[in-house]
Amino acid sequence: MTKTERGIPYKPPVTIIEPKKGWIPIDFRELAQYRELLFFLTWRDILIRYKQTALGVLWAVIQPLVSMVIFSVVFGRFGKLPSEGVPYPVFSFTALLPWNLFASALTRATASVVGSSNMVKKIYFPRMLIPISSTLSPLVDFAISLAVLFGLMAYYRMPFGWGLWLLPLLMLITLFVALGVGFWLAALNVKYRDVGHAIPFLVQAWMYASPVAYAISLIPPRWLPLYSLNPMVVVINGFRWAILGTALLPRNTILLSLATGLVILVSGAFYFRRMEKTFSDVV
Amino acid sequence: MIMSDIAIISENLGKKFQIGALQQYETLRDRVAAAFRPRAGGSRPKDAEVIWALKDVNFKIKQGEVVGVIGRNGAGKSTLLKILSKITEPTVGRVELHGRVGSLLEVGTGFHQELTGRENVFLNGAILGMRREEIKRRFDEIVAFSEVERFIDTPVKHYSSGMYMRLAFAVAAFMEPEILLVDEVLAVGDAQFQKKCLGKMGEVATQGRTILFVSHNMSAVRSLCGRTILLDSGSIAFEGSTIQAIDQYLTDNQEKNSYNFALGNIPRTGHFGSKLRINQIRFNGGSGVWHGQPMEVDIDFECLADVEEVSFGVGFCTRSGVRILSFDSDVPGDRRNFARGEAGNASFSLPVLHLEPDTYNLDIGSRSGDNFGLDYLPQCGCVLVQPSGATPPVIAMRESGRGGIRIPTEWRYQTVKGNSASSAK
Repeated sequence: MTKTERGIPYKPPVTIIEPKKGWIPIDFRELAQYRELLFFLTWRDILIRYKQTALGVLWAVIQPLVSMVIFSVVFGRFGKLPSEGVPYPVFSFTALLPWNLFASALTRATASVVGSSNMVKKIYFPRMLIPISSTLSPLVDFAISLAVLFGLMAYYRMPFGWGLWLLPLLMLITLFVALGVGFWLAALNVKYRDVGHAIPFLVQAWMYASPVAYAISLIPPRWLPLYSLNPMVVVINGFRWAILGTALLPRNTILLSLATGLVILVSGAFYFRRMEKTFSDVV
Repeated sequence: MIMSDIAIISENLGKKFQIGALQQYETLRDRVAAAFRPRAGGSRPKDAEVIWALKDVNFKIKQGEVVGVIGRNGAGKSTLLKILSKITEPTVGRVELHGRVGSLLEVGTGFHQELTGRENVFLNGAILGMRREEIKRRFDEIVAFSEVERFIDTPVKHYSSGMYMRLAFAVAAFMEPEILLVDEVLAVGDAQFQKKCLGKMGEVATQGRTILFVSHNMSAVRSLCGRTILLDSGSIAFEGSTIQAIDQYLTDNQEKNSYNFALGNIPRTGHFGSKLRINQIRFNGGSGVWHGQPMEVDIDFECLADVEEVSFGVGFCTRSGVRILSFDSDVPGDRRNFARGEAGNASFSLPVLHLEPDTYNLDIGSRSGDNFGLDYLPQCGCVLVQPSGATPPVIAMRESGRGGIRIPTEWRYQTVKGNSASSAK
């Protein structure tokens, strides 16, 4: 019997390896054990993101600002889209914040497992950490863009309301939805590389299906229930409500949207778990 | 055996691969195309398309044992290691591991070119399952072991491959699992660093840790492992003493008492054989080797890249793995340059071979000018040295297993006649 240095009998942990069939539960305890690795993987993603770039973190400012300018010119100036009584640049920037977070979390999560093929083939750790860390790393960009938004708000002399305290919650919902879709697409991408080709279109289509460039009021009321199956509708609506004080969607619409998000997250997690055992053989 | 003494039990372990599915990914198009293709009676993939990379593998390893796993390429060594380290799932069977498991299928997993040595140490340590506190505490030791102190804050893309490997191995060397699963990772760096790694591994082995060591390097297996498992086509062909396992591995690979060895397809570790490949070695044209008789050795090689200042070497080891006789082509300082695509033959002859009759294991290798190993085939075959008329009869009849060098010498005698009176005093 092995003993520790202090002579206390020590029972080594036992690992059992057997083929698993069907749906596999999510091992939260193991995920918690590996939290430091999650930290390091996220930290690595963030570190290498702006290495060897001349502008570095400035990109986190430039990207949403450029999108905002394009939107303001095309949709605000030429298209004369209504912006719920808010200056259009701020109106679109407020939506670009959660949208960019969502889009880059989703894109990175989708590519994550294939991109880590070397690690997947050479060492074990909970595979879920790969898309999770890819989803977390865009938070740095998000934080920077948020600072830019506050700057914009100060420039337009807009009030900072108490709704801002809800931003972390909305951000969390964004990440969970991105993660749910990311689980699905990351696992599918291992088997079908078509996903990698489809992702830019998916992201683009999804953006137009979300109220990023336009106001929800443009959607005919009878389409609203279908429209708000998209969880990003509620997130963006929430952001505008929290920051700009615009109208909130009806409660039932919000609940429906959140329910869809939850379904995507849970189904994605289970699909990922089911497929992950094949990753090292296929990737 | 008491249960608590056991570190690893493997029961009926097996892993099936579908040929075609292996290493290939499907596209949606293939899937759609397949759905419309008429199938013969809707049959499932034929058995011929299924291979068992591992089948009916049963073994037990006690705590503190260091066990080697050897076998040809495709024998299932890597698959076994991947199952034990949870990277891939078995198709059938069960494994129980008692203790914290650390696996090392590669050094430097997760290293990123853009990150500095310091950043990579932390990242890689975390990937290997070390806690941040643990890495922090041992950071200085890790860096000292790696010998790259001066460059620790430089991105690793500026490292030489040797420095990169040293740093990568150093992190791994400080893992403290109770069960360590290791694959071929020692085939890195220069000879001196390899020795240091082997030393570190040996140190680990004496700390009561259980180690499963997969390698093509027979001398490393021999010096580290008390027991060895020989895998052949996915099954255990032999399990027991390391010396016997290696003997069987070497004799399985060749016809009995052959003096003409095809080496082209023998698996190499790491980069060996990628620039220059030794394909064949013959002793006396393949006819035999005799103690006390002349010996001619010739090597066929081909160059897959331009190589400079090349030298060759052949070594004879006793069955316990000790090198007792070496022939190096560069001892007189004779080194040659070869161009990519060039193939040739290098030979030397010996007026008399002084190895006494026994079976010896062969080491064959080639180096380039900067002492970079071009090809290395440690213990790649066994040569039976036969007795000849020059062999003293008592030696010729002796059982094998004591091989050595026997050089005929002329003895001179000086004696003094004894004085019985004084010696009786």
